[in-house]
Order: sequence, then structure tokens, then C-alpha cells
Amino acid sequence: MTLSIEEVEHIAELAKLALTDEEKARYREQLSAILDYFNRLQAIDTDDIPPTATVLPLHTVLRDDVPHPGISREELLANTEHKENGMFRVEAILDESP
Amino acid sequence: MSDLTDLTIEEAHALLQRGEVSSVELTQAHLERIEAVDGLIRSYLTVTAGQALDQARAADARRAEGEDTPLLGVPLSYKDVLCTRGVQTTCGSRILEGYRPPYTATAIEKLEALGAVMLGKTNMDEFAMGSSTENSAYVVTRNPWDTERVPGGSSGGSAASVAARLAVASLGTDTGGSIRQPASLCGVVGLKPSYGRVSRYGLVAFASSLDQIGPLTRSVTDAALMLNAIAGHDPRDSTSMNVEVPDYTAALRADMQGLRVGVPREYFIEGMQPAVEAAVRAAIDQLAELGAEIREVSLPHTDAALPVYYLVAPAEASANLARFDGVRYGPRVVAGSMWETYRQTRGQGFGPEVKRRIMLGTYALSAGYYDAYYLKAQKVRTLIKQDFEQAFEQVDLIACPVSPTTAFRIGERIDDPLQMYLSDVLTLAVNLAGICGISIPCGFDENDLPIGLQLIGPAFGEEQVLRAAYAYEQSTDWHTRVPAL
Amino acid sequence: MIEYEPVIGLEVHAELLTRSKMFCSCAVVDSTEAEPNRYVCPVCTAQPGVLPVINRQAVEYAMMVGLALNCTINEFNQFARKSYFYPDLPKGYQISQYEHPLASNGWLEIEVGDSTRRIGIRRAHLEEDTGKLFHVGDHSLVDLNRAGVPLLEIVSEPDMRSVEEVEAYARKLRAILVYLGVNHGDMSKGVLRFEANISIRPRGSEELNTRTEIKNLNSIRSLVRATRYEIQRQIEVVESGGQVVQQTMGFDEDTGRTQAQRGKEQAHDYRYFPEPDLPPLHISREWVAEIGERLPELPDARRERFIQEFGLSLQDAVVLVADKAVADYYEAALAAGGDPKIVANWVTGELFRLMNTAGLEIGGIRVAPEALVELIALVEAGKINNNTAKEVLEIMFETGRGAEEIVEERGLAQISDSSALEVLVERVIAENPQQVQKYLGGKEGLLGWFVGQVMRETKGQANAQMVNEMFRKRLEALREG
Repeated sequence: MTLSIEEVEHIAELAKLALTDEEKARYREQLSAILDYFNRLQAIDTDDIPPTATVLPLHTVLRDDVPHPGISREELLANTEHKENGMFRVEAILDESP
Repeated sequence: MSDLTDLTIEEAHALLQRGEVSSVELTQAHLERIEAVDGLIRSYLTVTAGQALDQARAADARRAEGEDTPLLGVPLSYKDVLCTRGVQTTCGSRILEGYRPPYTATAIEKLEALGAVMLGKTNMDEFAMGSSTENSAYVVTRNPWDTERVPGGSSGGSAASVAARLAVASLGTDTGGSIRQPASLCGVVGLKPSYGRVSRYGLVAFASSLDQIGPLTRSVTDAALMLNAIAGHDPRDSTSMNVEVPDYTAALRADMQGLRVGVPREYFIEGMQPAVEAAVRAAIDQLAELGAEIREVSLPHTDAALPVYYLVAPAEASANLARFDGVRYGPRVVAGSMWETYRQTRGQGFGPEVKRRIMLGTYALSAGYYDAYYLKAQKVRTLIKQDFEQAFEQVDLIACPVSPTTAFRIGERIDDPLQMYLSDVLTLAVNLAGICGISIPCGFDENDLPIGLQLIGPAFGEEQVLRAAYAYEQSTDWHTRVPAL
Repeated sequence: MIEYEPVIGLEVHAELLTRSKMFCSCAVVDSTEAEPNRYVCPVCTAQPGVLPVINRQAVEYAMMVGLALNCTINEFNQFARKSYFYPDLPKGYQISQYEHPLASNGWLEIEVGDSTRRIGIRRAHLEEDTGKLFHVGDHSLVDLNRAGVPLLEIVSEPDMRSVEEVEAYARKLRAILVYLGVNHGDMSKGVLRFEANISIRPRGSEELNTRTEIKNLNSIRSLVRATRYEIQRQIEVVESGGQVVQQTMGFDEDTGRTQAQRGKEQAHDYRYFPEPDLPPLHISREWVAEIGERLPELPDARRERFIQEFGLSLQDAVVLVADKAVADYYEAALAAGGDPKIVANWVTGELFRLMNTAGLEIGGIRVAPEALVELIALVEAGKINNNTAKEVLEIMFETGRGAEEIVEERGLAQISDSSALEVLVERVIAENPQQVQKYLGGKEGLLGWFVGQVMRETKGQANAQMVNEMFRKRLEALREG
């Protein structure tokens, strides 16, 4: 199967990845080849097989409702220079759809 | 006195215990060797010399107070996918350049509580995606046995640091073979514990349902000592099992009497390097010599492991990597509007393999494709898991190769992703089933490149895996050979 | 002329009053007051390598709500990742529930006028709240205090057919959440958020047409106004030959209009998949039963009890239980010795009037239940009359002082001294012979006027009943005489 460039662009937008035209062409080829290979899965009968939700025999793992101090605001903001008034600063959103 | 960088944990402990060497001396020796040798190997991304010596001094002080445990004062390296508070953690990616986590991974916390010393953070394929460490955005680590060749991946830096004696042992991570395959290519021991055995808190997630932290060491005993230290339930990880941690060293015995070993026909694939096949088959014969009963088993859905893995893992990864947007940490590429900033930050910050997998994963989960790809893959995964469960009704262990080839040349496979993915074909299924597996040295090819034997055990069956690995190891001397560096 | 009926469903997001967040141990605080980014940790700020752990209390609160809404509490629960990018969503996905929600298939009974109706509840599920984004000129700022706070999303069936039903549903649902103690209902703090899904169709039709979604409504009043406007807008669109376009809309408080929010026409592809970091949640029947036993009294039950125990009318009972704080106030007044019907009249009458004028909730007033009872006792004892009591209440409301004190200080005690009153009665009769003649001539209604004269003379403090009786006797005596 071959993905179209539009499909590649759509996926890149869902994942918020800026791609050059060259990248789009390359990924289109590579992803198409990979997906082709994966189609062999369709041949396997999984009619009555449940999906693996988790490999562990675990369920209902819960935590008591007790508050604990976390990290300081300074520690939180230390890994970026884009901050103002104790908050993270981001550029204007403008009218594009997210 | 033997070379201070030529010690196992066990040997180092003995010297420290007898007061023949201090942790500071041990640590200093490793830091010096890193300076001398790592310019060539490039196993480390960050060397924490000052902190290491501080930790070594503290360990020596504790020892002087009468404390004595196997890891006290022993210098280790940690794969850069594990968070270390205040110390740069990049995951081999530019998108985390300069990032200093505000917390430390549980597994490392446990080692530090025991007095282990951190020499630094090792190189890796970006976000653990790769089988050669060529996908690191920083440097390409070289295989200490032949510096024109890859060390394997994604824990290539960890494996190389141990093989080149730039750390006594290392912590790596394994999602589809990333501990076992580089261990095999570098001639060291690499253990992937069962899913849920070791806490994932602090392990930067690639595939949440597959990732595990594990040791890379020079001996099986060392692997058992490391597993003792890091295993156990963590209330911060809802997927960690509350199962008692036995003393894994107590399981080590020099024989294999009573153990039934299965050899899966599907794992001796076409195109396997003849020397690899020969070495592994000889190793299996050796297991029989040691008293094991060898049987043929079948894991019929082995072929499906690759597509299942390359759908499930990227799908989970596509969500796990969505947090890398430059808003709270990591370099931001400011580009006019907020959304364009997101696109450029991620587009430029991630390397090609990571982007490829994010796209693959996003596609597999997207509207209209979820059932055909992700859901289908999770169903086939159940079949793969059942293959192992059925096999383990007949045998206690499975023996097989780790990698179809020995270390390949740098640059040889990087342009063909599908070809690269095929390197993992013998290790992936273990992660999909959530069971445990170890790679131990079992020979060399005509180019003196290491070959690994893989022993696979059922979930929480590390004891019998370690036992068999130890018995084999003690009956050969593969593990005593070191690269001429 | 086609008559249209609205088809409305409501989605409610309610923050749960747990002490810590949904998936981490940070404290849950009032994010409109707390200093930004002070209640954060590696987990809720999505540092690399962190993992979620479910808060048991949030699950229990959600179960309580599910039971109060007559839902089935599902045994098998699974959390899911809902992926989309936004700066206030640090992980780039929200942990929510998709295919296996906590509660489903319930209903809520509402009262509109004299009738009651059941509105279906499709599902209720747990998820985590986002942080907050503040727009500042040409950029925005992100505060993550609220990121990770437990949220319960409650989705109704599109069963509502009028603005009145929407309001009744919203108020009832809020009351239930407050009664359960899982939410304090203050929409201005953003702890309770409503979204309306609105479409119209010809009356009698069964089809479901294109709907619009109205978001960012910060009060029930806004919800009502927006709904009313949108229904009308859609009718106008259709009647003028157009088609309703599916879109997300906001509500402009100043103009009272709904308007499309630009850039959100595209439906999100959330790419839901089961959350691999959280094993499934099994809710046993024993656990459900245990929670059921611990449920506090809910509005409907309290309403019934007020009718049975206190003999109140349905209408009065409904009004009193609508706000839990009011119902609690009412019962505290009864505990202080008040008579159920008299207290009910005072609370729903004068007290509510004063509260509305001042824009206060009952939690913010300065008249304690005991103080109200004290005032009522003065009236019952004949010390002041009803009118005076209303004035006194107003002063109590403003100053927080007690009734006795106020009456004493201002000499407002009712004049019940019969000899003093007699003097006044005599004087009024003597000074108004024409009115006396009219009364004796058959205009019995003038009795009120006579009483009014004395009331005016005494600045309203005369005991009206006594004066009324006195006039009747004296005037009748004159007739005979």
C-alpha cells in the first residue's frame, strides 16, 4: 500500500512535526514499505482472541488520598528560559486549529 | 594489584572489603581510563567526575563505619534514558539537550542508597529507538572489539562502557532487545528482567508496556547482584509487581541437572550468520553436557513479533513523546505562533528514526486505522504470549541466539529502517510476552567479534535463567576475554 | 407553520474534592487563589519518565455520584489516553476513560412546575483536569496547579426539551454533587463546568439533527441565557432556509449571544487507546454496596422527609432542599426551636429576598439560624408584629446583631398596652365621624382604614390584631348605641 503525501502531511500535523518536502517524500516511501510488511498480520486469525491489555496479572492498583509536597516552583521552571511571573510562557496561539 | 578497571562487582567488593583498595581509588582509576579511552569509544555523554568522587568518599566513610554490601563504593554507568536529579539526561536526543531532571529514577535511587557511585550517563539510540546506537543525536559509540563497528543498541553506550572497562557495570533498558542485543555484540552479560520486576519510575518511556531496566555486567554473578539491588515493588509505578525479591545469587549453581531447555526452531532463521548459528548450537550442546535436557519447541507466531512490536511500541511512543514540546523543558525553536513553535521544536529536535516511529504510531492509532493496526497487533500479541506460556509447560528455559549477526559496520544499515528492524527479530517477542531473558557470551566469529547466547525464562523466572547462565559461564572462558584496548 | 422543539444534552465536568490529585500526591487547592505553579510535582508537570497512580478517593467519589444518579457502576474499568496538543496539557494526552467508563445508564429526576421528568444519564467517567492558560497581550502563560486535579465528566442523554428543563437539570445535578460532598458547586471558581449540546427538530419528529456545542459557560444563568439564545438562533436559521452547521460555540455575556469559536470546526482525532501505565480497575460488587451504604441523604430524599416530617408543601420542600446549605440552615433553625412552617415562610420569603438583593449565598449572611428563631419568637409572643419583624430582620441582616437587642434599642416593641391603644382608637373614631357613618352604613371594609390610622400614629408598632378587635367592638357598640 502507498500512502499519499496528503496522508503523510496529515499524520505529521497530528503529531505536530514540521517536515521538509524531502522528509515527507522519504517518510512516505519508508512508511508505505513498513505498513505493507505489517499487512501480514491480517492473515492471522484473532477472532476470539482478546487484546493484551497488560501482560501482568495486576489490577486495581490504588493510592491513598494523602497530599505530599512536590517540587518547588523554582525547580519546575529551571529547565526553561521561557517564563514570566512564575509561569511558563508560550507564544500567541492565533487562529490555527490545534 | 590487578588493574583496578578489570574487576567484576564481586571482585571489587572483595578488594574493598579487605581494605586493599578504596572506592575513591577505584573510581579514580575508572575516571582516568575514561579520559584515556573514551575519546575513541564515546560510550559516555556525560561524565560526572566531581559527583562520582564525592559519592566514593561517602561510600568509603560508610565502609569505615562498618557497612559492607556488594555495591557499596562500586562505580557504575547509567544509560542516559534514566533520570538523574540535577545531572543532564538527554535520552540521546537534542530535544532534551541541557535537561536536568528534578528527580532520580527509582532504580538508581536504590543503587545510590546502597552506596554505588555514578561515573556518568551513557550514549544510546535516541529515545531507545534503534539497534546500533547510530541514532544518537550526539555521537556514534564504537564497539570496543572493533571500533569500525556498532556496539548494538539502544543501550550501546552502556554495553561499550562495560566491555571497554570504563565502568564496573551499567544499567541499560530493554524494550525490544536493547540490553540483550548490545550485550551480545559487545561480549558482556545483559539481563532483561520480567516486566514489572523493576520499577519504571524515572525511565523515560518509549513503549510503556514493554520497557524494563536491567543490568549489563561482566559476569552472571554481577547481574544477579545488580538485580538484587534494583528489583522490587514501587508504589510510584502502578505496573510494578508486589513480588518478593529473592537473593538471586543464591540461585547460581554450576550445573543444570533437572533443567529442561527448549530450542525453538523458528529462532534459527534464514540468513543467520553461520558463525553465530554454530556458536549458539555448540553452547546448547554444552548445556546438555552440564546436565540439561534439551527439547525442541515451537513458538509458531515468532514471525508476527516484528510487525506486532513495530505497531505497539511506536503507538505507545507516539503518545509518550507528545510531552516534548519545548514548553516546560528542552530547547525551544520559537517560530512566530505557538503551533508553529511546536512543529519546529519537535521537527528539529527529534531525529529521523524517532520521527519515523512517531508517524508510524500516530497512523496506527488514528481514526479508521486503530482496529486494523493497533488493536490487531495487541490481539496477535496475546497469541505470542500464549506461545511462550505453552512452551514453558514443557520446558523451564528457552535457549536461542540473540542477534542473527555479530556487530555490523557503522553506516551499514542506517539507511534501510526495515533492515535495521530485522536485527531485533530474536529479542522482540520476549518483551511482548513480558518475560525475562539474558544474553551471555558464547563465542567469537572469524573476526573476533562476540556472539551471545540467549536464555529466556517465564515471567518472574529470573532464578532459573541466572542459574543456567551461571552454569554455562563457569564451564567456559568466553567471559574472561576482553577487547584489546 | 412548523413548530420546533429543542433537543438538548448537557455535559458536566465536576472537579472532585479530594485532598490530592487524580494521579499524583500534589495537594488539590483553589487554583483561582493559589500562587501559580506551587502545587506541582514531576508527575503532574509531565517530566520525562514519570508514571500515574490512581487516587482511591476519587474512584469512591465517582462511585457515589454514579449511585446517586442511578447508574450501573461498571465492574471492569480501563483508563485511556486521549491525545491532543495544548500548552495546558503537559503530557500531550489526557488520561481519561473511553470504552470502559466507571458509571453508565442512569437517570436524574427533575421538577419543572408541577411535573417531574427523568433525564437519562449516559455515562460518568473519571479523568484529570488540565492546567490553566492565561492570555497576556501577545503571548500566554501556563499555570499547572490545576493540572491533574480529578474530574468527573457526566454526560446526559439528549433528553431535555426546554430551557426550563436544562436549568432544572443543572441545578439538581449541582445540588446532588454538593450534597455528596464531592464538589462545592461554585461555578465562578471553575470547579463545575457545563457544556450544552443543542439541536432542534420539528415537534413530533424522532430524528436527531446537527447540533452545536456551547462551551465556557461559567454560571447557570449563562447556561440558561445561552441555551435560550441558541435555540432561537437555530430556529431562525432553519426557518430562513439555511442549515445548522456543526460547530463549537462560546457565549458572550455582554451581548447575550452565542458565537462560533474560530478554528475548531475540525473534529479532533483523539487516537484513544488503553492507558498502558495503569492496569485495569475492577470495581467489586461488595465495594459498590459499601459505598452505597455510606451515601448521605440526597435532595429528593430530603425533600420527602421535609414533607413527611415537617408537613411542608411540595413547593416549599423543593425550594428548601435545592441548596444544601439552605436545607442545613433550615434544620438548624428547627433544632433551635423554630416551628417548621413558620421558619419555612421566613426563609423562603424575607430571608431569600434580602439575600437576592444583596447577592449573597446563605453561607455569607450574618443572620444565624438561632437568631432567626429568636426573631420569630418575638412575633409569636406578640412583642412585635410581622411588619416590624421584617424591618428588624433587615437590620439584623446588615449588622449581624440580635433581634431583642435591636427591638430594645429602637423601642420597636409592639404596643399591646390596651389602655394606650384604647385612647388612640377613641381619638380616631372621634376625629373621623364621616368614616364612622360610612362604616355603620355598610362599608365594613373601612375597618382596615381605621386600623391603618392607628398604625400610622404608632409608626406601625401597635398590635394590629388588638386594634382591629377594639375598633370592631367600639364601632359595633356605636351601631347599637
